Amino acid sequence: MENWARFLEVNASRILELTIDHAVLVSLAIIVALLIGIPLGIYLTTNQYLADTVLQIASITLTIPSIALFGVMIPIFSLINQGIGFVPAFVALVLYSQLPIIRNTYTGIKNVNPEMRDAAIGMGMKTHQRLLRVEIPNALPVIMAGVRTAVVMNIGIAVIAAYIGAGGLGVLITQGISRNDNYLIISGSIAVAVLAIIADSILLLIQKRFTKKVLAN
Amino acid sequence: MISFKNVTKKYGEEITAIDDVDFTVEEGKIVVLLGPSGCGKTTLLRMVNRLESISEGEIIINGENSKDLDPIELRRKIGYVIQSNGLFPNMTIEENVMLVPDLLGWSKKDKRERFKYLMKLSGLDAEDYGKRFPHELSGGQQQRIGVVRALAADPPVMLMDEPFGALDPIIREKIQDEFLQIQREVKKTILFVSHDIDEAIKMADKIVLLRDGKVMQFDTPSEMLAHPKNEFVSQFFGKDRAIKSLSLHTVENLREIIGLGPVDETIQDTKTINVHQDLRNTLSMLMNQEADQVIVKDDHGENIGTITIDLVQKYLHFEIKGKISASQEG
Ligand SMILES: Nc1ncnc2c1ncn2[C@@H]1O[C@H](COP(=O)(O)OP(=O)(O)OP(=O)(O)O)[C@@H](O)[C@H]1O
Ligand SMILES: [Mg+2]
Repeated sequence: MENWARFLEVNASRILELTIDHAVLVSLAIIVALLIGIPLGIYLTTNQYLADTVLQIASITLTIPSIALFGVMIPIFSLINQGIGFVPAFVALVLYSQLPIIRNTYTGIKNVNPEMRDAAIGMGMKTHQRLLRVEIPNALPVIMAGVRTAVVMNIGIAVIAAYIGAGGLGVLITQGISRNDNYLIISGSIAVAVLAIIADSILLLIQKRFTKKVLAN
Repeated sequence: MISFKNVTKKYGEEITAIDDVDFTVEEGKIVVLLGPSGCGKTTLLRMVNRLESISEGEIIINGENSKDLDPIELRRKIGYVIQSNGLFPNMTIEENVMLVPDLLGWSKKDKRERFKYLMKLSGLDAEDYGKRFPHELSGGQQQRIGVVRALAADPPVMLMDEPFGALDPIIREKIQDEFLQIQREVKKTILFVSHDIDEAIKMADKIVLLRDGKVMQFDTPSEMLAHPKNEFVSQFFGKDRAIKSLSLHTVENLREIIGLGPVDETIQDTKTINVHQDLRNTLSMLMNQEADQVIVKDDHGENIGTITIDLVQKYLHFEIKGKISASQEG
């Protein structure tokens, strides 16, 4: 216990700093991923052929091991002198987030009760009115579940990004491994877990806020 | 007014869901599409607001050919009610009901006033129910809202696809009565799908009986019961169609034709019914022997006579059976 106290005394501010780096990396990646994934998911509901293809590609992306994807990013981004660091990690995280976000947006909207959709069309709503007023609000819990999956997943994957110099909590863990320092490994892991739990809880709160109570259950 | 002119609907080459259908729903009348499952009722209904395309023929709505109209505008002028009410769970009752007026860009004040009026029609309190969400209402209340929502922008035409089909029988009858009451006030031109014979007899000014997409008979309920055009029609209405037709007649009709019995003041165990009660319900009540004497009251609550099973039977014989047997001989 005393050892921990001493460890934290020395490292607390660094841990906090790395946690913030980690959160910033993941947040930026998720924001960009949402800007791409949600409109794409919505568009795919109107184009069945493209939907199948895009969802397949997104699934395949997710099966690439993160360390391999980061590895692939390095030579590509070396071309613009960004081979290591923030940019390749950021791009990889955006790619990883696409599947849960696109898929949940797509299936959430597709699975809106067909009778509800029928009523909306029969009452004379235009496509965008139907999407904005009926389909998206009713698909929101499913879409948000996808966003939460993407966030929690990315918080985990971003740990690996430390290997390509993107910083974040992965730094504590990789250093801990190379120096055989359990304090570093454990504190890094706990910080990652806490970050994931906090992020997920905040998103759940937002979801409840924006979803009328009827849909929350 | 809705006119179907030689309307045909094909799904691919093989399936003819609607086959050369030709009839007119007069302004302010209710026409019920009746027939066994899969005969094409829903398909025919949905061709009116262009949720289904028309393969051949045309549908004229208040003088305009439906295919010349913009589908979005067309639909906003047609009230549409479906069986599972189709209320949007993410909107309050007020938002649901005022949706079409909202799409049409009505002012806040107009919407508010219209909402209050519609809720009065529905018999639900505007202040209380307006803020609720659909799941906070019973099935019957949701269906009432489904109906007034279709009336929201005061469309001249209404399409109703088994609107009361999901309700239990007691609530269903009650809502049918309420709806007929509303219709007396709003006088819409209504196409109404049902597979329930009793409902069709009760609601319809005229019935279209369909089979495999073809019209078997287009007539008033009493004509159809009295003069079925072919074997299918008479079988469809069943052997008890004479009793069914009793629901088209009231105690008042019986009184006019054969008169009521005298009131016996010495009998204690009596029940009363209103003179506008239909004879089918009256007969059930008489058969249940709920009382020794059933007294008929007029709208002012005055006793105007008594009614018995014998009288109903006599009326049935003269007025209804007479017609039916005449048609079978003819
Ligand atoms: N999209 C479609 N493709 C092919 N056939 C269809 C399609 N929609 C309906 N049909 C066929 O058209 C016929 C009429 O269907 P419809 O739904 O109008 O029947 P219905 O009279 O409303 O029946 P129910 O009382 O069961 O609701 C049926 O035989 C049905 O199988
Ligand atoms: Mg149907």
